[in-house]
Amino acid sequence: MRSDFLRLERLPDIWCPGCGNGVALRALLEAIEQLGLDPDKVVLVSGIGCSSRAPAYTAFDNVHTLHGRAIPVATGIKLANPKLTVIVITGDGDSSAIGGNHLIHAARRDVDITVVVFNNYNYGMTGGQASPLTPSSSITTTTPSGNLDRPFDLVNLAAGAGATYVARSGIYFTKHLVDHLKKAITHEGFSLVDTIVQCPTYYGRFNKRGDAAQMLVSQKDWLVLKSVAEKKTPEQLAGKVIIGEFVNIGRHGPAAASTMKEQA
Amino acid sequence: MAEKKTYKIAHNRKWCKNCGICVAVCSKHVYEMDSNDRQAIVNPQDCIGCQMCTEHCPDFALIVVEVRDE
Amino acid sequence: MSEATVLMQGNEAVAEGAIAAGVRFYAGYPITPSSEIAEIMARRMPQVGGTFIQMEDEIASVTAIIGASMAGKKVLTATSGPGFSLMQEGLGYACMVEAPIVILDSMRYGPSTGMPTKVSQMDLMQTRWGTHGDHWIIVLSPSSVQESYHLAIRAVNLAEKYRNPVILLSDETVSHLREPIDTALPEPIIDRRLPAQKTGYQPFKTDATLVPTIANLGTGFRTTYTGLVHGESGFQTANGHVAETLVQRMRDKLFNNLDDIIRLETDHSDDADILFMSFGITARGVTEAVETLRSRGRKAGSLRFITLFPFDDDRVRQAAGPAKTIVVPELNSGQLVLLLKRVFGDTRRIVPLNKVNGDLISPAEMLTFVREENL
Repeated sequence: MRSDFLRLERLPDIWCPGCGNGVALRALLEAIEQLGLDPDKVVLVSGIGCSSRAPAYTAFDNVHTLHGRAIPVATGIKLANPKLTVIVITGDGDSSAIGGNHLIHAARRDVDITVVVFNNYNYGMTGGQASPLTPSSSITTTTPSGNLDRPFDLVNLAAGAGATYVARSGIYFTKHLVDHLKKAITHEGFSLVDTIVQCPTYYGRFNKRGDAAQMLVSQKDWLVLKSVAEKKTPEQLAGKVIIGEFVNIGRHGPAAASTMKEQA
Repeated sequence: MAEKKTYKIAHNRKWCKNCGICVAVCSKHVYEMDSNDRQAIVNPQDCIGCQMCTEHCPDFALIVVEVRDE
Repeated sequence: MSEATVLMQGNEAVAEGAIAAGVRFYAGYPITPSSEIAEIMARRMPQVGGTFIQMEDEIASVTAIIGASMAGKKVLTATSGPGFSLMQEGLGYACMVEAPIVILDSMRYGPSTGMPTKVSQMDLMQTRWGTHGDHWIIVLSPSSVQESYHLAIRAVNLAEKYRNPVILLSDETVSHLREPIDTALPEPIIDRRLPAQKTGYQPFKTDATLVPTIANLGTGFRTTYTGLVHGESGFQTANGHVAETLVQRMRDKLFNNLDDIIRLETDHSDDADILFMSFGITARGVTEAVETLRSRGRKAGSLRFITLFPFDDDRVRQAAGPAKTIVVPELNSGQLVLLLKRVFGDTRRIVPLNKVNGDLISPAEMLTFVREENL
């Protein structure tokens, strides 16, 4: 990863020891480098939360917006200047709770942006509360007896809303993650990568998932490659999360954002 | 027979938060947590340059480069 | 320059004025009584090489125009009270990142859904204090279709010049009036100042104007934005001194330029003993009431707020002249009058004239009020 993609003077970052966000950010910068994108034409946009602090550490144009609103800001940027590569960094709560409406509508419109969700299954910045992606029964500060709700399946949510590229990966599998980020960024149309990161301070501690290193390495055990999962029975996949590419289709027809002007 | 490659590990102590991830992901036992729970490079000579530590360091604190002898 | 007199609706005048000022990005969400602006922009933006997008709500609309503004476009959205309430979040962000945006709020009767097709002036304080935290907003108020056109241009100009959100505070009646207007440009078009040098570039470093230049996204300046308190580098800080400096600069960049920003229109204020102070559609009735009172020998006058905010007490005092009695007609339970009571204290008699049934205050009602209250 090119060190000039970081604003070195702003490091160390604010994240807790062992937080997965830095690993995910590194993978994203690696993907941008491997794609050979012009750094002057990359814009990183984020909302509010731990994940959303990531863009300010990078040497690209970066916009730290409001809680949940990264996607409409990114939509405005992309439509105003379609030549830019616009990437949203968001968290599970930022994207699927307060920003859930924007997420599904950007997917429906097939706006040509990439949304990278640093998914740590809880709200870290505010102290470990439940998010719409917190698994059932999990302990958080707002679900002290276990989460009664079912979580969204973010991949299916995005796919159902019309996203034309959807993938999931975990930060233990850095090459897998970088590959899917590259495909998402180069994909023409709305793309989303659900990126599983650990929050050792809250989610991990409350749910006895071990320390940061154990949480990271355990992704080997509970994340299953899609190609492997296809040969397993539902019983064998209980408690597992499948990673890989779930949607990769052509852009929707006349609604495609970049052709809007041509309609007139 | 191919020569054994050697690697230099640059560790940025100012950025490192001593989370222990490098210790866990290194298959060659290059790193250890010392008695003060601080990360220490104990077996740099065993490094095989796999970059697992670099890629998984959350704090951009590790760089592993191949040393080329002239 | 082509000059033409055309018949326009208030909302159309706002759209056409914005286009004349260079607006090339519109994001919005339908709401009575501003929907015509979105409909007009859906047709007009592609014709002028701009972009129209209908967003999923008003929060998305205001944040989308902020994004487009950062990417270099002049931008507009339009709404009414309920949508304007949702936009308050984005409005505060636009203040903090100093994004030039223009929001038209066509006031209808509230609170909540209220009476969507009925006029009010109930959003005055929301324009100024709707979003949380200390912040400064420019608010302009048109009384006619012609002025809707002129102030739309002025709003875009002021937003770009001062890197500040500007609210165009219209109302249901002005929005839906149809009047002949002259579409000649009333003032030169102003473009934002761009930074000259990449080396050493600091996104929020300013010169004597206190208005930072704008590095449009994608122009190689690698700029940075956050709604967190930030220093000249744009990077967040919790340093109290930096925070204080930022807030004061955001105030001073407007308050150092009040001569440029504030416009008050007076009529016979120099010798009036009774002065009407009003804004927007209500000022139309005032004009006729003052004429009638004058024709009957009464020394009546008026002061109309074209710029509502920034609000400068001294300028209002000066413009008010010698009148002992100030009547404040407004279509709410008393908002402008609060400011005027602060300005004048006990030095003048301040008399509110409020109407909250969804109708306008007619000139006849103003005259009756003056008579019955023995003003």
